[in-house]
Amino acid sequence: MGEFSARRKIFSFGCMIVGVAMMIAGLYMAITLTDFWGVRGTLIIAGCVAFFVGLYFFPTFKHHRGIINFMFLFPLLFAFAVTVIIPLVLGIGYSFTDWDGITLNKFVKFDNYARMFHEPQFLWSVLITFLFVILNIVLVNLVAFLLALLCTSKLKGLGFFRAAYFVPNLIGGIVLGYIWQFIFSKVVTEILNSQASMLTETKTALIGIVLVYVWQYAGYIMLIYITGLNTVPGDVIEASSIDGANSLQTLFQIKIPMIAPTITICTFLTLTSAFKQFDVNLSLTNGTGSVNFMGKFLSKGTQMLALNIYDTAFVNNEYAYGEAKAVFFFIILAIVSICQVRISNKREVEL
Amino acid sequence: MKVKEKTSKIVIKMIIAIVIAIYVLFPFFLVVINSCKQTADITANPIGFNGVSLANLYQNLSDVINNTHFLFWSAFTSSAVITILSLILLALLGAMAAWVICRNKTKWSVVIYFTFIASMIIPFQVVMLPLISTFRDVGNFVGIPLIQSIPGIVFAYLGFGGAMTVFILNGFIKGIPMELEEAASIDGCSPEQTFFIVILPLLKPVITTVTILNGMWIWNDYLLPSILLQQNGPVKTLPVAVQAFVGSYVKQWNLILGAALLAIIPILVLFFIAQKQIMEGMIEGAVKG
Repeated sequence: MGEFSARRKIFSFGCMIVGVAMMIAGLYMAITLTDFWGVRGTLIIAGCVAFFVGLYFFPTFKHHRGIINFMFLFPLLFAFAVTVIIPLVLGIGYSFTDWDGITLNKFVKFDNYARMFHEPQFLWSVLITFLFVILNIVLVNLVAFLLALLCTSKLKGLGFFRAAYFVPNLIGGIVLGYIWQFIFSKVVTEILNSQASMLTETKTALIGIVLVYVWQYAGYIMLIYITGLNTVPGDVIEASSIDGANSLQTLFQIKIPMIAPTITICTFLTLTSAFKQFDVNLSLTNGTGSVNFMGKFLSKGTQMLALNIYDTAFVNNEYAYGEAKAVFFFIILAIVSICQVRISNKREVEL
Repeated sequence: MKVKEKTSKIVIKMIIAIVIAIYVLFPFFLVVINSCKQTADITANPIGFNGVSLANLYQNLSDVINNTHFLFWSAFTSSAVITILSLILLALLGAMAAWVICRNKTKWSVVIYFTFIASMIIPFQVVMLPLISTFRDVGNFVGIPLIQSIPGIVFAYLGFGGAMTVFILNGFIKGIPMELEEAASIDGCSPEQTFFIVILPLLKPVITTVTILNGMWIWNDYLLPSILLQQNGPVKTLPVAVQAFVGSYVKQWNLILGAALLAIIPILVLFFIAQKQIMEGMIEGAVKG
């Protein structure tokens, strides 16, 4: 290693030693609460940076690639671990306790899980979430596919129509929800000349949420279908028309089978996003709506699973219980995702 | 005869397309005209042009902009800062991580890659509750506030957006010939030089895709900022500000729609500028993701 100058060695080791010292000093202040100047955070971060600078100039040829790999991976992995992995592990642990967001006193085993299956409001939320998901998969895909057929035919101003149908997708669910709340409570009542907004009635409010969701999401799914339809080679369609197939036969026997992978993608996209639906639900109805279910009167008839978890934790302040519901939600999503991957793999093998 | 049939079909399709376009865009039209009215006119006639005036629009918008719950400029600035910072860091750090994962076929890189992929099905609800307490405790411990602060939320977006970013970038980097890197290293490039000089410029198209996908998500996201920044915190993003504002003014539709209009405008302007890129980016992200 004679190729490295003594200055570089000193610089490298110096930086690393100073960095470690600064981190230790910062942590020491944090643990012993002796940080009188409020500098412990700065010390830790500066120490970390100094350590990395030293590491970068570490006098080695053999391990330089390894050092670079580590330095390139570290920032993202660190963020990922702190925001996803650690909270996930903690969360699953908390769901077995009586955690209230700050402290936990005792281990309650499966009590939280047992409790949620006896809570009518939660079961109702699960039920309507499944209903909502199924309705959405069918409606969004159907509407999007029809729009895609429209947007791949010979029309003038196609670019405009595609962009126009896509526009609702640009806007966040909260803002959309309030716009549609206005439309349902003021405009629709004006047009239908009715007194009450359809959002006050549980059933019609659920239809309202589906309508808004289809309105928002169909344009996006349409874009994916358009890409899929454009991959169907023109000569295949030409050949089928020479063989005397009419446009419906071409659609059902050529186009749809050929875009099967696209249909899988779109089904999965609508499925997961509908399951996680939260923003529109919050801003459109905030879950309100009366309903009788399992012999009980519920006041949150349009509250879907994601909103139910949110309310359990932040409105009722039952963090551990909310976390248990969230873990249940995670399990459902994981099962659905695994099924989806299985199905699409199987189909690829068959093709 | 045949030609005529075709034109009539096209006319029908055209009419259908226009009707659907009107239906899709009608809510936006309603937002615009009703934010030009006063409350009484909205209640009396929410669809027509009665009572529409620019003076009303100006009045409504300035009421909204200066409202203490909304504070449009401050919300807009924090939204922009959070989104831009997160996007730059995600693109850069994501590309770095994806390159390392893709070019080193060791046990570790495979484990990391599959952890990333598996983590994409984790719903935010599972991690949100422990996330707040972790951020609060870590923030208190090291003396840098992570809750109600911009660095904290950018860090969180880095963690949550990382998996998908790496996944999409990884798919692209796989297609870059290894010979290119070998040639660079023979020419005397160190690994980091190879990455920044040779690989990173080649990633431009896929980084555009990733940035659009992440940008749409971060700009419109409500749940994460509402939890980390909180309704009454000093920093609010636009969706959080809209929610806080509407919560305080239940039935003042002229102001609510004014706020909605203000929240919509920035992204619509962006869409008009980069329509093609945004639509292509969304498609590619979906097909690869």
